[in-house]
Amino acid sequence: MKIEKFILKYFDMIRTIIAVLIGVMVSVLVIYIISKSPGHSLMYFLTGPFMTRGRIGNLLETATPILFGGLAVSIPFQASQFNVGQEGAIYLGAALGTAFALSFHFPAFMYAVIVLIFAGLIGAGWGYIPGILKAKWKVDELVSSLMMNYVAYFLGLYVINYHFRDKSAGFLVSYELPHPVWLKQFIPGTRIHLGIILAVVFAFLVYYFLYHTKLGYEIRMTGFNLHFAKYGGINTFKVIILSQVIGGFIAGVGGMVEVMGIHHRFNWQMSPGYGWDGVVVAIIGHNHPLLIILASLFLAYLRVGGQVMNLLSDVPSEMVTVIESIIILLITAEAFLSQWKYRITVREAALKEVSDESAT
Amino acid sequence: MNPLLKSIFSANFVFATLRVTTPILFPAIGVAITSLSGSVNIALEGIMLVSAFTGVVVSAFTGSLWLALIFGILAGVGMAALLGYFHLNLKADIIIAAIALNMFASGITVFLTYIFAHDKGTTSSLKSLVFPSVKIPIIDKIPVIGRMFSGLNILTYVALISVIVFYYLIYKTPLGLRIRAVGQNPDAAESVGVDVKKVKMYSLLLSGFFGALGGLYLSMGYVSWFSRDMTAGRGFIAIAAASIGGNLPLGTFFGSLLFGIVNTLAIFLATLKVPSELIQMIPYVTTVLVLAVYAIQKSVRSGGEE
Repeated sequence: MKIEKFILKYFDMIRTIIAVLIGVMVSVLVIYIISKSPGHSLMYFLTGPFMTRGRIGNLLETATPILFGGLAVSIPFQASQFNVGQEGAIYLGAALGTAFALSFHFPAFMYAVIVLIFAGLIGAGWGYIPGILKAKWKVDELVSSLMMNYVAYFLGLYVINYHFRDKSAGFLVSYELPHPVWLKQFIPGTRIHLGIILAVVFAFLVYYFLYHTKLGYEIRMTGFNLHFAKYGGINTFKVIILSQVIGGFIAGVGGMVEVMGIHHRFNWQMSPGYGWDGVVVAIIGHNHPLLIILASLFLAYLRVGGQVMNLLSDVPSEMVTVIESIIILLITAEAFLSQWKYRITVREAALKEVSDESAT
Repeated sequence: MNPLLKSIFSANFVFATLRVTTPILFPAIGVAITSLSGSVNIALEGIMLVSAFTGVVVSAFTGSLWLALIFGILAGVGMAALLGYFHLNLKADIIIAAIALNMFASGITVFLTYIFAHDKGTTSSLKSLVFPSVKIPIIDKIPVIGRMFSGLNILTYVALISVIVFYYLIYKTPLGLRIRAVGQNPDAAESVGVDVKKVKMYSLLLSGFFGALGGLYLSMGYVSWFSRDMTAGRGFIAIAAASIGGNLPLGTFFGSLLFGIVNTLAIFLATLKVPSELIQMIPYVTTVLVLAVYAIQKSVRSGGEE
C-alpha cells in the first residue's frame, strides 16, 4: 500500500522513467537486429561515455549547450507559448556575438561578460519578434519562430562568411576570438569549461525565477490557463512577450558560451541543433529547470554513447535520434500508463473507504 | 531591358515556378485539410521525408515506379496514422507528437540511408527511378504557353489536379462536410452523431497522402536521390502557405504559388552578385512578413474585438 501511495505521488516522474527505459530497450533491440557483433556495440553505447576521462569530459561538454537550450525552451513552454525559435537564437547569438567580440575591445575583466550579454540580447530580440506578433496580432508563434530559425541561420552565415571569415583556414570559420573572452577549460585532459558552471547557475536562476518570483508565477498561470490568468488580473500580453524574450536571451547566451568555451571561433556551418535538443530535454524534464539538468545529462549520455558506438562499431549514431523521438512520444501521450494510475487510484480509494468505515 | 527582369518575364520563369511550387503545394493541401478539421499538423516535414526516402529505396531495389509510389504513399499515410493514434487515442499533444515524429523521420531516414547506401549524406549510390515528365498534347504546340506549361513532371500536374480534388472533397462529399463541421464546432458535430475522432483521423490520413506525394516528388522528380533533411522546411512553409490561403482550396494554391515564386526568384537572383545567404533567406522572411500582414489585416477587420 505504501508503494502505491508513492507511485501516485511521483506518477509523472515514474512514467517518464518508464518511457526512458522503453527507449533504451528499443535501442538494445535495434542494436541486436542490425549489428554484426551486438555485444560489443551495446557495450560501446551504454558504457562508452564513462570509459575514459576524455569521454566523461565529452559528456559534460555535450550537456552544457543542451542545458542552455532546455532552459531557453522551458520558459516559453511554461507559458504555453510554442516558440521553437531557440535554435535560431542560439545560432545568431553565437554568430553576431562572435562578430561583436571581434569588432570591439573592452578591458579583460569585463570583456567576456559584455560579449555574453550582447549575444543574449540578440537572442532576446529573436524571441521578441514572434512574441510581439503573437501577443498583438495572434500570429502563430510556432510557425513564425520556425521560419525565423532559417532566417537566423542564413543571416549568421552571411555575417561570418562575408565579414569575419578567416580566409587562411581551409573552411568556413571566423577569426579566432581574443583570449580574454575564452572561457577557461579547467580540468586537464578534457574541454570542460566555465560554461558548464554558468549553465548550472542559470538553471538555478531560472528555477528561482519561475517558482519564486511574481513574473514567474504569472508565466506559469498564463500557461496553465490563459483566460483564467487574464481574469485574475495578469497582464498576459506582457507575459506572452516576456516569456519568449527571456527564453531567447538564455538561448543567445548559450550559443555564445559554446563558441567561447569550446571552439574559440565561430565554426558552425550547419545549425548545431541545440534548440531542438532543448525541446527534447524540456519535455523529458517537464519544463522544470532542475529536472532539465538531469535530462540534459541523460541526453548527452545517449549522444556520446551513440558517437562512441558509431566510431567503434557498425551502428550509426542516428539511432539516438530515433530513440529520443520514441521517448518523447511516450511522455507526451497522456494515456500512456493512465490505466495503471486509474487502477491504483480506485484501489486506494476503496481501501480508504474501508478504513474510514471501520474508524466510525 | 534589365537582364534580371528579362529572365523573370520569360517562359522559363513560369516553368521553374511550377516546379518549385509542387513540393509546397502538396503538403499545403495536407495542412489545409487537417486545419479544416480543427487540428494543426506540423508533421508534414517528417511525412514528406519518410515518403521521399521510401520511394527512392523501393524504386532502387524493385525497379518498379508503381511499387515506389504505393510504398511511398503508405509510408506517409502510416506516419500520419501514427500521429493520429498518439494524438487521438493516447491523448498526446499534437504539436509535441509532431515534433517527435519529425525527429523520428530525420533520424530513421539517415539511419537507414547508412544501412542501405553506406553513406550518411545521400542515397546517390542507389539508382533511383524518377517520375516521368509529360508533354501535354495540344498545349505543347502553342509557342510560349507550351514552354510554360508542358513538359513538367507528372506529379506537378497531379498537384494542380489535387487542388480540384481538394475542392471537390471538402465541398461535395459527405466526408468533406463532416470535416468542416468538426473543425467549426466539434461538440455540435458530435451531438448530431458525427464520430469526431474518426473524422479527425481521416483528415490526418488525407494529409499524409498528399504529404507523401510531395515527398515522392522531391526525391523522384525534383532530383533523383534522397539526401538527409532534404525537405528543408517545406513542410513548415506549407503551414504558412495554407494559413495565408485561409485553408481554402484556391487560397492554398495561391499561398503555395507565392512561396514558389519567391523561391524561384531566389534561384534566378543567384546569377547576380548578391550573397547567396541573403537570397536563400527571402522565402523565410517573406513567410513571417506575409503571416504578420495577414494576421494584422484580420485583426483590423474584426475590429480588434476579442
